Amino acid sequence: MKNLSYFTNGLIKNNPTFVLVLGACPTLAVTTAAVNGLGMGAATTFVLVCSNLLIALLKNVIPDKVRIAAFILIIATFVTIVDLVMKAYTPDLYNTLGIFIPLIVVNCIILGRAEAFAQKNRVFPAILDGLGMGLGFTLAITLLASIRELLGNGSIFNVRLIAEEIPTILLFILPPGAFITYGYLIAMMNRLRVKYSN
Amino acid sequence: MAKLDSSLKNMVLSLFFISLVMSAALAFVYSATKDPIAASAKAKEVNAIKEVLPDFNNDPLSEGKEIDGIIFYPAMQDGKAVGYAAKTFTDNGYSGRFDLMVGFLPDGKINNVVVLQQKETPGLGSNMTKPKFSNQFININITELKDQRLAVRKDGGTIDAISAATISSRAYCDAIQKAHDLLIKNFPPDKEIGEAQK
Repeated sequence: MKNLSYFTNGLIKNNPTFVLVLGACPTLAVTTAAVNGLGMGAATTFVLVCSNLLIALLKNVIPDKVRIAAFILIIATFVTIVDLVMKAYTPDLYNTLGIFIPLIVVNCIILGRAEAFAQKNRVFPAILDGLGMGLGFTLAITLLASIRELLGNGSIFNVRLIAEEIPTILLFILPPGAFITYGYLIAMMNRLRVKYSN
Repeated sequence: MAKLDSSLKNMVLSLFFISLVMSAALAFVYSATKDPIAASAKAKEVNAIKEVLPDFNNDPLSEGKEIDGIIFYPAMQDGKAVGYAAKTFTDNGYSGRFDLMVGFLPDGKINNVVVLQQKETPGLGSNMTKPKFSNQFININITELKDQRLAVRKDGGTIDAISAATISSRAYCDAIQKAHDLLIKNFPPDKEIGEAQK
């Protein structure tokens, strides 16, 4: 039961995107299409789970004063692995995500979870925490990206839902649309949280 | 096991071993993905050449000639020239450089154009990948145009620009124009047919 709460913590209660508002850079930048959101979320989840696992495993052999350097080293390795694997097997997605794949290294969610959770906990909870946070992030940015793709391009996951002739609201594909959608989603999440916590 | 002290020896050893293991892991992933990465890049170009030219049965990739950053791939069917595929680019896009593959028939006519990679504004400039825009270039022979220049209507040419993306449309024309000019200069159409039949 305790283990389950490690998992759901990141999914809803402390959702990295809507509640902690961490990792806003990829959240705003790559969410122009639902596929991109899902791809980015999957890549981040992989890095998060692997780095949480390794850091929880190595926490006793990493001296405190160099822990950030060690964490970044571990995170950067997994990001480079994701980068190479995506380049090899999903070249189209790799091209659209571009610079934001290497930039997962500086995503605050990952270093934040290493620092706040993985280095203080055992391996299994750390993996669950990574999974929960990663899935929470993936769901959030895929939702954001779906809304932007639907309003701005008339499709979701490249499936056209609005006829080609009907003009779409281009603003939502452009950067300001990211801020507007993100803001409304956070407001709605806050409303829901207040309602259900009472 | 107790946590290691932050003594100089511990810090150096800890970071040293983590770096060692991480670089070994990276080396392994790099060597495992090296071939698939090269293969997927090659497959993408071969597919693009197939799309922009009529049937051919040689291996144009191995015979590419680079002139001023543009690569010309000669395509032959049973030793007879069927045209050139030019991998061309422009730096004038709204978001900088993008790459096109242009197929020229032996008489210098454009057979087809595909976008290799672009990062233009989604929903605006990115519409250059859609047939509505790119089909306009099929069967155009730039040497027969006014001033031998490919241009959008706004600039006195014949191409309908993508709405709200004139910069991208101009850049697209620019990339094709560059390839065409180099083709005429280096592989003059009529002489080329003679050469291939030798």
